[in-house]
Amino acid sequence: MKSMKKKKPMQLWKIPVYAVLLCWMLTTVYPLFWVMLNSFKVKNEILADSFALPLGELFTLANYRRAFDRVPIFGAYLNSVVVSGSVTLCVMALAGLAAFALVRYNFKGKQVLISLVVASMMFPAFSTIVPVFRMEASWGIVNSSNRWISLFACALPQIAGNLSFAIVVLTGYIRSLPLELEEAAFMEGCGPFQIFTRIVVPLAKPSFATVAIFSFLWSYNDLFTQTFFLRIQKQWAITRLLKELTSMEGTNYGLMAAAVTIVIVPVILLYAALQKYIIKGMVAGAVKG
Amino acid sequence: MIYKNKKMLLVFLVPAFAFMAVFLHYPFLRNIVNSFQEISGLAGTSKGWQDPWYANYQTMLQDKNVWISLKNTLILMGMTLVFQVGIALVLAILVDQIRVGAKLFRVVYFFPIVISATALGLMFNLIFLYDKGMVNQLLERLGYAGKLIDWKSGSFALFTMFLPVIWQYVGFYFVILVTGLNNIPVDLYEVAEVDGASRWQRIRCITLPLLHNVLCTCAVLAVTGALKVFDLPWVMFPKGMPTNTTWLTGTYMYYHSSETRNTDYGCALAVLIVLLGIVAARVVNALFREKDY
Repeated sequence: MKSMKKKKPMQLWKIPVYAVLLCWMLTTVYPLFWVMLNSFKVKNEILADSFALPLGELFTLANYRRAFDRVPIFGAYLNSVVVSGSVTLCVMALAGLAAFALVRYNFKGKQVLISLVVASMMFPAFSTIVPVFRMEASWGIVNSSNRWISLFACALPQIAGNLSFAIVVLTGYIRSLPLELEEAAFMEGCGPFQIFTRIVVPLAKPSFATVAIFSFLWSYNDLFTQTFFLRIQKQWAITRLLKELTSMEGTNYGLMAAAVTIVIVPVILLYAALQKYIIKGMVAGAVKG
Repeated sequence: MIYKNKKMLLVFLVPAFAFMAVFLHYPFLRNIVNSFQEISGLAGTSKGWQDPWYANYQTMLQDKNVWISLKNTLILMGMTLVFQVGIALVLAILVDQIRVGAKLFRVVYFFPIVISATALGLMFNLIFLYDKGMVNQLLERLGYAGKLIDWKSGSFALFTMFLPVIWQYVGFYFVILVTGLNNIPVDLYEVAEVDGASRWQRIRCITLPLLHNVLCTCAVLAVTGALKVFDLPWVMFPKGMPTNTTWLTGTYMYYHSSETRNTDYGCALAVLIVLLGIVAARVVNALFREKDY
């Protein structure tokens, strides 16, 4: 860090620095805290004084009761986990194999493939969603009455959308791994596929974690794809459900706060546990692209 | 010598690239073709080519909402560039001056990015509620006695839409910039300090020039990111409300491809978004690369 070791009696200039930093921290933390507080109050209390803590008389679980009565929330959590979980697994498997090959093999057209991957990161979802929908509709897998088929249809474009990012992150990491271990494994009689599963994957765990968390969050939060592909209430994932619940209930602000809380609590827990990987991964992917 | 067998190569590469070809590259090209065809409804079959084939692009020129969405998107790009990257830069430099708590700020500033934009949109709906959300209650407490401000109407609407979008991603650029700052060698600062440079001079003459390339990356990301914004505006201001003033290219594209059954027109708008992205990235790159310190 900087050389500030010289002893000064008081570092007054640090006070405004901390003041500014704390102010911004307030804007990122307080609004979410505020919403959670208000999810435990009824509408009139929110409108009268939204800053009061929901203690004593003010405290109520009515909003949550209403939300759970009105729409199948656990079902929507399950749908989200199925969609985002399968996106995560597929992205890790496909991108892992491709990244390994792109780093370790030399072949004609390798550079072309690498630039193709980087270019693919630039495709906005807007520019592919309609043809993907039409293609899947012609296969008969969107809006299927079978919940699992519909969820699968929603996961497919999300997998494709995350692959290029994942390949970029994983190639960067695998390139930094030492070749000696793989050579030793080869001498012991391992084939390339075994080298991949037994040596490369365990060593590249941190970057696989980054890719997994990123894909999961991205898919969990992605309202755009969900509104296109999940149109039957039973098949809504949680983000879509939240949107629909609040438009059904119009001005029920307490319920709105509860719905927001229901959606963000899993994400907050995930973030608290794994923030190191999340921050690193999001930045790595973006800077390289 | 291990990696000579090219047959295995196919096993490794084909799944991922086939997947991208089917669900990314082919649809991307198909979307351009669709924009010249006549398609009503997302799953409807194509009824042949437009007459003339570029009819959608002609309509676009005369569609007032397209111009509104372009204008709004350009404003948003400018604001993300100035405020998102600007605030992030100020915060990053400030954090670089301190040691205690630096890590906490990093974690907390990044936090809004992982929250779904849908949830944030609903949260900001509550915050900007007319009668009376957080902001209006706060104004009242601070002694503001005039008429309540309707944050989602008229001249306030754009501000209310852009504020959360900008706010959400400041932490992202903050983290990129802090990483860039940590890469600046410490001895440079030490030499400057020995030579008697003030703290401000050190920032002005060492930090900013050395951060130039990182700032350029941030600028490109901010501008192209502004084109991808959808969830938050769609939750807060659906369908260009109030009275078609808040369209963005993304929301307008969604509206046509999914809600009005003008699917082909939606495809044409998506092509517009792609073109806009390419042009914007080029312009930003040119603007920032020119300067050589």
